[in-house]
Amino acid sequence: MGTIIEKLKAQNQLKKVDSAPEIKPRDIPGGLFIACDKCHGAIYQKVLDDNLRVCPNCQHHFRLSAKERITVTLDENSFNEIDEGMTSLNPLEMPEYDEKLKKSSQLLNMNEAFVSGTGTIGSIPLAFGVLDPFFMMGSMGSVVGEKITRLVELSISEKLPLIIVAASGGARMQEGIYSLMQMAKTSAAIKRHSDKGLLYISVITDPTTGGVAASFASLGDILIAEPGALIGFAGPRVIKQTIQQDLPEGFQTSSFQLDHGQVDIVAKRAQIRPLLIKLLQLHGYGAHQ
Amino acid sequence: MSQTHEDAIWARIKLARHPKRPTSQSIIPRVFDDFIELAGDRQFSDDKAFIVGIGSFEGTPVTIIAQEKGISTPERIKRNFGMPHPEGYRKALRAMRQAEKFHRPIIVFIDTPGAYPGIGAEERGQAQAIAYNLFEMSSIKTPIIAFVISEGGSGGALAIGVADKVYMLENSIYSILSPEGFASILFKDSTLAKKAAGLMKLTAEDLQSYHIIDGKIKEAPGGFHEDIEYTIGQIRTTIKKDLKRLCCQSSETILNNRYLKYRRIGAYKE
Repeated sequence: MGTIIEKLKAQNQLKKVDSAPEIKPRDIPGGLFIACDKCHGAIYQKVLDDNLRVCPNCQHHFRLSAKERITVTLDENSFNEIDEGMTSLNPLEMPEYDEKLKKSSQLLNMNEAFVSGTGTIGSIPLAFGVLDPFFMMGSMGSVVGEKITRLVELSISEKLPLIIVAASGGARMQEGIYSLMQMAKTSAAIKRHSDKGLLYISVITDPTTGGVAASFASLGDILIAEPGALIGFAGPRVIKQTIQQDLPEGFQTSSFQLDHGQVDIVAKRAQIRPLLIKLLQLHGYGAHQ
Repeated sequence: MSQTHEDAIWARIKLARHPKRPTSQSIIPRVFDDFIELAGDRQFSDDKAFIVGIGSFEGTPVTIIAQEKGISTPERIKRNFGMPHPEGYRKALRAMRQAEKFHRPIIVFIDTPGAYPGIGAEERGQAQAIAYNLFEMSSIKTPIIAFVISEGGSGGALAIGVADKVYMLENSIYSILSPEGFASILFKDSTLAKKAAGLMKLTAEDLQSYHIIDGKIKEAPGGFHEDIEYTIGQIRTTIKKDLKRLCCQSSETILNNRYLKYRRIGAYKE
């Protein structure tokens, strides 16, 4: 049982607590202490999990796996995964791609970088999908694009609101032009969803860049970003190389994007679930149930 | 990947980037009559990496949206080497909406190494501008025909490329990223662009075999610049044939087919 669950239970955010996915300690052998990626301070593993994997010292939001994100977002045990078995091919026959996929798949015990399905949040039914930043940087290839599109189409046919949590380095280079076309495919599906008057909330987390930032992740009716997330089209290294200048402090962080009008809200992790519930209610979901 | 294959692909890329290769400004007056350029996104500025406007194709009014790299060095600088900022994509979208309003078909010429990676571009929402174009183009209720004329690089190309018919000139390339960018990401070395190009499957033949484009526009031996009128003739014939077919379809049929065109692209198993 992950301590993150206990924390949410204590906050009365989850309805039931059973057999939730375990939050595994990372990085430090023994898993007792972990070094913060940002302030480098040592954090007791349990304290970090209790705090939804946000550093208690500097508020740095650690990246969450898809399973962890589902746990901290949806009602307990409410998630029903779809398209779980879909796996990538190697259409361009790119060297080493098959091995990389296999390695990620075995290490993380999942088939691809996007997990999708239906569930409830505050008892409100919804279509929910999340990118896993640990699976090939959450990059979008054919499987991710197809799963997103199917989720959006399911959301249309079931008249469900849609929430997608993005965490991705962008398009999956190894699938080349197939990856690029997933941007058009997912965006067209979101357009159909939008035309039906359905709500789509995009939650943008660290990192959200490239072809994912430049497609479905930016197309929510409401864009919510986690603090400190890297958000942008081009990566900072590419921009620095192109312009041959140092980048301004805080460039492409969520607060930078908020200041420049590119996202609606920057919300701390603990605030996101109650915020999503409130937003769904304000759009009339869950009102007569 | 064999040396010969890499060399052959690289020779094609050199033709795509040939200094004498005709750009949109040479194509537009040869394909259309009475072209009138329209400037600006009405929000920030006029992005010179785009030429948009209205013209006539054999008597039919059309909207033209073209990326432009420039010819002389000062012009290339002015046009930012064909790398648009968000205002360029917003200018293009403004022209598309106008085309929809006045029931004009849209003809697109894609020619960019990619959307510009810069501070201003990020501040003004490059990702949002591209995403929004993909979103909107999927439901613009008028026929859209697109030609990749030299380089179609990344989301910066696709952001004006969601079309009913997509063609590539014989020696153009269309890819997820420039070969240099691809090499920099995958091999951590941008000088390995030739090696990357050999792997990327970015030629017209490759994309046609994946059914991602609808066809290849022939060039004269030695490339587009060796006989510009030859390729212009091919472009004109293609537009004529497609307009004839698309213009008699209902907008519902067009949009449905456009959705399915992208909907079916993907390589996966389950």
